[in-house]
Amino acid sequence: MKEIRGGAAIAHALRAGMREGYPALVAFLTAGYPSKERFAETLIAVAAAADVIEIGVPFTDPMADGVTIQRASALALAEGVDLAFIFETLAGLRERLKTPVLLMSYLNPLLAPGFTGLATAARRSGVSGLIVPDLPLEESVSLKDALNAEGLALVQLVTPVTPDARLQRLCKASQGFVYAVTVTGITGGQTASATARDAYLARVRDHSSLPVCAGFGIREMTQVDALAGQVEGVIVGSALVEALERGEDPRAFLKSLRGGDRP
Amino acid sequence: MMDSPRAGTRQPDALGRFGPFGGRYVPETLFTTLERLATQASSFLEDPAFRSALAEELSSWVARPTPLTHARRLGDLWGAELWLKREDLAHTGAHKINNALGQGLLARRLGMRRIIAETGAGQHGVATAAACARLGLDATIYMGAVDIARQAPNVDRMKRLGATVVAVHSGDQTLRAAINEALRDWVSDPEGSYYLLGSAVGPHPYPWLVREFQSVIGKEAREQLLSATGNLPDVAIACVGGGSNAIGLFHPFLGDREVKLLGIEAGGRGTGLGEHAATIARGRPGVLHGCYSQLLQDPCGQIIETHSISAGLDYPGVGPEHAYLASIGRAHYETASDDDALAALDACCRMEGILPALESAHALVGAQRWARSHPGQRILVCLSGRGDKDLPALSQLQESSDEGTPERRSPVEGDPPMKEIRGGAAQSKETLR
Repeated sequence: MKEIRGGAAIAHALRAGMREGYPALVAFLTAGYPSKERFAETLIAVAAAADVIEIGVPFTDPMADGVTIQRASALALAEGVDLAFIFETLAGLRERLKTPVLLMSYLNPLLAPGFTGLATAARRSGVSGLIVPDLPLEESVSLKDALNAEGLALVQLVTPVTPDARLQRLCKASQGFVYAVTVTGITGGQTASATARDAYLARVRDHSSLPVCAGFGIREMTQVDALAGQVEGVIVGSALVEALERGEDPRAFLKSLRGGDRP
Repeated sequence: MMDSPRAGTRQPDALGRFGPFGGRYVPETLFTTLERLATQASSFLEDPAFRSALAEELSSWVARPTPLTHARRLGDLWGAELWLKREDLAHTGAHKINNALGQGLLARRLGMRRIIAETGAGQHGVATAAACARLGLDATIYMGAVDIARQAPNVDRMKRLGATVVAVHSGDQTLRAAINEALRDWVSDPEGSYYLLGSAVGPHPYPWLVREFQSVIGKEAREQLLSATGNLPDVAIACVGGGSNAIGLFHPFLGDREVKLLGIEAGGRGTGLGEHAATIARGRPGVLHGCYSQLLQDPCGQIIETHSISAGLDYPGVGPEHAYLASIGRAHYETASDDDALAALDACCRMEGILPALESAHALVGAQRWARSHPGQRILVCLSGRGDKDLPALSQLQESSDEGTPERRSPVEGDPPMKEIRGGAAQSKETLR
């Protein structure tokens, strides 16, 4: 049996994760959170309730992140979390973790191992792709080539202020899914009005043959419900980390986003 | 003439590259805004109406041209012909006003009403607050909590000039954290706010834009020195944090191959990680705040906290054009320690009656060292700002030294403090000789 890998695995998991038109769940978790020791078990718990997992690589200067992810990132760095720890943890969980995993990282920590070494290590530990929020399309060729050589995806982000022609280029270049940032702002921020958001997501869908996932600022079930029929997935980050900070079970929190009456 | 970023072989290229350095590594939300800004800035800088409005304000409000002072006594002490480009005499007391006014005018032309800025020493914050007041714009200034504590007079000035000052408690609580916070603000309102970046760092077009507005320093100094002596300097020296006064001084001399260019970074209190801000001397390439340049970082690509007695130099990155000039050997970069900067500051006060900013005192250390290895040469130093803002910090140091820590040697009595000089990186010393 041929294993589905990289972008295809991500797209497949998103489509399989949809329930009667309601979007699949992409869960974001900062690497090494809440602690190095408890990260693996937290990841397994999150995987039980999510269709795709994004693991945030901590960085000292997370300029696109709000206070929650900044806090989690600083904690992880204080614990000594680095790419080696992340790859090692994931490699150890390969048999138990069937949910596709993406790494979300600022560019600088990825430059350290070099793109080729990074892509090889990522593939060996079972990672399906990368999201790099400070790497615009224009600068992304060498990373994309290195990832693609290992069968891994590079996901592009689009935003409400992305002009149409550029949106088209980004959707065409993206792999796995198109990350539609629903907030003009940082992670965990306030979302736009429903009308503006719907029009924006319709534009993204028009240009994308890949699944579209909406992210930044998704906190509760009503928001997920409102996105039904518009996107294949929703990305939950800050709200999940906050639930973990409160000591809640991530499975219960993620299930609450899908709605109690849905499987 | 101002250079267009797309003009032939001139740096940067259309993607904002100076050799391999520079670029535009920003979240997608900002990309289009930056693209538009580069295009609009190019056309405004070539627009005669914009240029004459800028020239008029530089003359009647900033008090340009700033003088070039022949520092005879300090030059005699150090054994050189020393000339000081007096940016300390520009309105608000530092070179920062050149850029703040230029970008402020640009923002107003672009129809922006709300200005965001970061500040380290507070000089860019004060300059931005003043320019915004003058131009009728709202200013929100991000400043690290550590810097707020060590540059209190400038915080007061910003507030009096009508700016909102936001204390940044995240990260290292200095300039770097302030830039992160300013970027987060901008990402939330890229079409309604203008980010008035204060140094020659950040994503394209900022390193180019800031250089264009600061090049007035080098252009004036070059003409003034030619008219005073009939000659160019042997070396032009400036302090380098992000590097805006340095690139402003250097750029008009790039074509004068016989003029050496020397940037002085903050050597802090030692060569260990976290003890200095000597980015070019001790960093390696990486991406921070939207550009690829030299960075102080650990082996995993995490940015390292820096130290300098001078808040304005306390930054782990450096402008991409400096990284480029260093890589091709056109400019050289050394470091000056906290102690050497303090000694040079004292010397300048007592010999010339000028209290320089702690940042500018680093450039003076470079001049002192250059004079020692090149006796009698003509040295041009950018005295980038005045030191009034540093008085509280200087008094504190004085108190702690009065309480029994080893006394700093006076630069005037006895031997010049040359034995105390801790050299820059071995490589830059080498290349300079």
